[in-house]
Amino acid sequence: MERVDTYPTHEHQGIKFRRGQPLPFGASIVPGGVNFSVFSKHATDCVLVLFNRHEDEPFAEIPFPDEFRIGNVFTMIVFDLDYENLEYGYKMDGPYEPEEGHRFDSQKILLDPYAKAVSGREIWGELPDWNKPFQHRSRVIFDDFDWEGDKPLEKNMEDLIIYEAHVRSLTRHESAEVKYPGTFAAIREKIPYLKELGINCLELLPVFEFDEFENSRINEDTGERLYNYWGYSAVNFFAPKAGFAATGQFGMEVDELKNLVKELHKNDIEVILDVVFNHTAEGNEKGPYISYRGVDNKTYYLLTPEGYYYNFSGCGNTLNCNNPVVRNMILDCLRYWASEYHIDGFRFDLASILARDQEGRPMANPPLLETLAHDPILGKCKLIAEAWDAGGLYQVGSFPDWGRWAEWNGEYRDDVRSFIKGEGEVVGSITQRIQGSPDLYAQRGPTASINFVTCHDGFTLNDLVSYNDKHNEANGENNRDGTDNNNSWNCGVEGPTNDPAIKHLRKKQMKNALTILLLSRGVPMFLAGDEFANTQYGNNNAYCQDNEISWLDWNLLEENKGLFRYCKNLLSFRKNHPVLTSDSFTSGTNATGYPEISFHGLEPWQADFSCNLTLGVLFAAPAEKYQLSADEFIYLALNMHWEGHDFYLPEIPLDHNWQVVANTELATPEDIWPAGEEKKLENQDQIYLSPRSAVILLGSK
Amino acid sequence: MEYNIKENQGEVEIELAGSLDATNASKLLEELKKLQDKDIKSIIFSVADLEYIASAGLRVIIFTKQKIGRDASMKLISPQDEVKDVIRMSGLDNFLEIEE
Repeated sequence: MERVDTYPTHEHQGIKFRRGQPLPFGASIVPGGVNFSVFSKHATDCVLVLFNRHEDEPFAEIPFPDEFRIGNVFTMIVFDLDYENLEYGYKMDGPYEPEEGHRFDSQKILLDPYAKAVSGREIWGELPDWNKPFQHRSRVIFDDFDWEGDKPLEKNMEDLIIYEAHVRSLTRHESAEVKYPGTFAAIREKIPYLKELGINCLELLPVFEFDEFENSRINEDTGERLYNYWGYSAVNFFAPKAGFAATGQFGMEVDELKNLVKELHKNDIEVILDVVFNHTAEGNEKGPYISYRGVDNKTYYLLTPEGYYYNFSGCGNTLNCNNPVVRNMILDCLRYWASEYHIDGFRFDLASILARDQEGRPMANPPLLETLAHDPILGKCKLIAEAWDAGGLYQVGSFPDWGRWAEWNGEYRDDVRSFIKGEGEVVGSITQRIQGSPDLYAQRGPTASINFVTCHDGFTLNDLVSYNDKHNEANGENNRDGTDNNNSWNCGVEGPTNDPAIKHLRKKQMKNALTILLLSRGVPMFLAGDEFANTQYGNNNAYCQDNEISWLDWNLLEENKGLFRYCKNLLSFRKNHPVLTSDSFTSGTNATGYPEISFHGLEPWQADFSCNLTLGVLFAAPAEKYQLSADEFIYLALNMHWEGHDFYLPEIPLDHNWQVVANTELATPEDIWPAGEEKKLENQDQIYLSPRSAVILLGSK
Repeated sequence: MEYNIKENQGEVEIELAGSLDATNASKLLEELKKLQDKDIKSIIFSVADLEYIASAGLRVIIFTKQKIGRDASMKLISPQDEVKDVIRMSGLDNFLEIEE
């Protein structure tokens, strides 16, 4: 039955309206109209500004009568709006006293912090008209979508294999051969490929509305435009990036993204979003008024006692995440993405900022992180922290977790990179990393560790073995940006080469890295394109490059199909052998009579953890525990030394035989054998490993 | 936009031409609502002359499916490329058979 109070009580410029409901925040469709609700603690007055789509001049400006303010919330229902053709914003009046934290400007038209869709940048890269006063315009959406019974997949954490990708980079290159390159719709066309590769979780770089023209500039050397390409700078936290949708120009980005999620789920692939709550696109005191600064600066931002912006993010400002109002906004946001978009999990960029109090000090029990860990709606969502920030807080292994939070394991990346380039000092650490980092996550278990060697930040896998130094000149910052701590080795020549020996070594080093990654406990993640040696030409910080530097070159898939095949079979090997993915640390011997994981040197049971480039890892899988037909053993031999070595193998029960699964020294297709096609090892006592190579053996009946 | 709705013994044919967007979708919706209480077996959208469809238009199709023809077969006949793409990208092709 319709409510009896849905009739207008007021009229202004011919538009009918009445007092609205304070919750939910944002604009919601109600019988007969649209309910608007916006919070501001310090604003004295608020005006609702209504536009027809794409028009510069509003068709109405409706001041909120005083009786429409409930506490610190302004709310009204406006009747008879053509909501699909509507764009809206607010004007907020209040004090301009920067030293007190207030920066109200009643002339600015502000984006609704709770807008569910935002127009203004619907077509990627279309140069904006900066003279227009209202750049990012709130829209109203109808939250209906036919999910056909879909729900988040709720996979066990230990079963995930995460593939990190930028929406545009994945398919923008013409070699991707998709109908609408660089869009959500195009990813749908790549689902069969992702299935074949065998990943089961797609982690997308930021998809919240951002402005690719933020800090955009022309590189004076090349004449090329540089963009805010990665998008780690949200304009709004509830709206998908319209420019990532082929249908964005029709205002249908919401449906297009939901449809992608639905299709990925149908194909058993989860979706994790990279979310950036540490700062916004408004920059510091010199930045633009987009939304929060003008709505309630003092509430939304961490400010110094003098009223300047703290910069723990390295991006000009810091969102005041542990203010109760902002905390609730973040919670509302994640609940919205989890419930309306069926998102499976979130990776929090510079998450340590979320652990700082309102003065910027790290807290022992940050309320936001605790709230998210215990939230009922997020109860099955993966929560993953990038456990550091740009203000010097580094919490890998110590991020407040309540048993719910996993972390990007930066130690894993550093140790594996060091080991494969030949630093024997890390061998002790490598044993920890392969076990799932019990030194860091003793209480939480291996699944607290997101293991990775490469991610969007830094070199691609190919570049890790092709460059000693970063080559970021194209970023226009004299190669000063991007990390210098790459732990990379070019194998003899900086950059591309035709030297067959170097090419062979590079391919082998990539396979070595992938082998360690996929045979470590914890949750593996790799960067999209690493499976076919995609290159960024030595750029280790391609945040501004909307061109071939960032775009995956799918021609390389044909050129490096052997590496793709190796990667694919390795993923499948991991899935077939659950001893590799156990979610708990083990000690003592198990039902096989062996420790579940043991470490060895060239001689079995004689490991030297002081400084060594040879390491044997034996996994012993009891049949009953892992539901196998018989006990099973996996031996990973790693020779990261520049000389060859004989590895003497640990004895396994007499009725078991060693079979070769993989040998990174060999060329495709002999470098890896699919399940059932493994080759019996001729000499069951020992195996020779070529310089810088890895071997996987399977010991079974 | 021009439209023409024909219903005969549970078989509905809806002809659309021009552009179906927020300005005219609600009118079409009102017309379609008249079919709500009938036993509809099949719904055919003839859209050879439909040049543009916006989200409001797509919602009309979703509405037609959910409120009028939950168990009916649905077909879209001869869509132009742009209309077809919008329908595919937004996922409506899951319950809508497209006939070239």
